[in-house]
Amino acid sequence: MGDEVILLDFWPSMFGMRLRVALAEKGVNYEYKEEDLSNKSALLLKMNPVHKKIPVLIHNGKPVCESLIAVQYIDEVWKDKAPLLPSDPYQRAQARFWADYVDKKLYTLGSKVWQTKGEEQEASKKEFLDCLKLLEGELGDKPYFGGETFGFVDVSLITFYSWFYAYETFGNFSIEADCPKLIEWVKRCMEKESVSKSIPDPHKVYEFVLQLKKKFGIE
Amino acid sequence: MEEVKLIGTWRSPYSYRVTWALKLKGVKYEYVEEDLSNKSEMLLKYNPVHKKIPVLVHGGRAIAESTVILEYIEETWPNNPLLPIDPFEKARARFWIKFGEDKGSVFGNVFRTVGEEQVKATKEAKEVLRLIEEHALGGKNKLFCGDKIGLTDLVFGWFAGWLQVLEEANGVKLLDHNSFPKIQAWIENFREDAIIKENLPNRDEMLPYFKHLREKLIASATQ
Repeated sequence: MGDEVILLDFWPSMFGMRLRVALAEKGVNYEYKEEDLSNKSALLLKMNPVHKKIPVLIHNGKPVCESLIAVQYIDEVWKDKAPLLPSDPYQRAQARFWADYVDKKLYTLGSKVWQTKGEEQEASKKEFLDCLKLLEGELGDKPYFGGETFGFVDVSLITFYSWFYAYETFGNFSIEADCPKLIEWVKRCMEKESVSKSIPDPHKVYEFVLQLKKKFGIE
Repeated sequence: MEEVKLIGTWRSPYSYRVTWALKLKGVKYEYVEEDLSNKSEMLLKYNPVHKKIPVLVHGGRAIAESTVILEYIEETWPNNPLLPIDPFEKARARFWIKFGEDKGSVFGNVFRTVGEEQVKATKEAKEVLRLIEEHALGGKNKLFCGDKIGLTDLVFGWFAGWLQVLEEANGVKLLDHNSFPKIQAWIENFREDAIIKENLPNRDEMLPYFKHLREKLIASATQ
C-alpha cells in the first residue's frame, strides 16, 4: 500500500524540524515542500485554513496541523518502529507535560533574547537559561529525556538547538556555560542521523535571523 | 484500586474539565479545594513547575496541566472513550483542544480591559468564535467529535457554564441570540448530557465573584 506523505515546512522552523526528525526516526518517505511565508501556497491555505501556518503533515490527502499533534500522529500511525511516546500512561503524561513546557516557554523567551536589548534582554536571557536549567534537571542522568531511547520530549526540544548559536550570539552568552549536561545531550542527539539530517546548520539559522532583524529594523 | 485526588477550585473551568472527565469515566476520587491566595504545601509539592490547579494525584503520583490530565484519564480508564480511535480524527480532536487552550487568553483580555482596548479584544474574541463556528462544528455531529461528549467538548465547556456569567460581569455580550448558531446549539447539546447537567457551577454564586474580580482588574488597568 502506498502512503502519500507531504510535509509543508519552512527550513528554519524549529516546529517543522520536529516532524522531519519524527518522520526520519520512523523511516517514512515523504515529499518536503518549502513554503514562502510571505507568499503562502494555495495548498497551505487549504490544508491549514484556521492558522495558515507550517508545519502541516498531509497524509494521503488529509492534513494534520500543530507540530506536537503531528508528532503524536506520526508515532501512532507508524507504530512499529522507534516508539516516541512510552506505553505507560503516567510516563506518557510526564512526556506530554515537558513537551508542553518547551512549547509554552522556549519560543517566546528565545525570541525575546534576539529581539530586545539592554535590561529587557538581560531579563529574557535569565528566564531562558532558567527554563533550560529546569529541563536539564528533568533530564538528570538519563541519556535522553525518554530514558534509554530517544523520545517525544527529545524531539520537542532538540530542534531548538539549531537556534542556540543565534540566541547566544545576539544575546552574548553561552548556553553550555550554564547547562553543560544539556549540551552533552544535544551532542548525543546530533549523533543520530534522523536528527543531524533534519536540523539545519546553526550558522545558517544565525544568518537568517540577521536578515530578519534587518528586515524588521530590530537592532 | 489506587487513590485518586483532584486539587482544584470551584470557580475554575480548568478544574471542571477534570471533574467532568473523572465523572464521565465513573472514577471515584477525592476533591480538594485549593485557596489560590494561600497555596498549600501539597499543591507546591505536586506542581512545583507551574504551582497551578488542577492537579490530579493518582496513587501518590501527580499530573499537572489540564489537557495533559485529560489525556492521562483517557488512557488510564479506557471505558467510555473520550477521544476518537482513528488517528486522524484523534489528531483533529487534539487540534481543537489546543486551539481552545491557546485562545483562552483572548477571552481573558475582553474581561480584563476597558474602553478602546476592550473593543479591540472583543473583536479578536469574536474572530475566535467565527473560526470555531466555521471550521470546528457542524455537519452531522451534535458535539465536537460526534454525538457523545469528548475531551474537546470538555475544553470548551466553559462556554456552557461560564460565558454568560462573564458577559454579565463584563457588560460585553459575545454570543447574542442571532450569532454563532452552531456554537449555541453545541452549548445546548453539551448542557443536556446527564453528567454535565449535574456538574455545572452555580451561576448565582459565581456572578458576585466575577463582578468583584472584574472591578479589581479594571482598577489596576486604569491606574
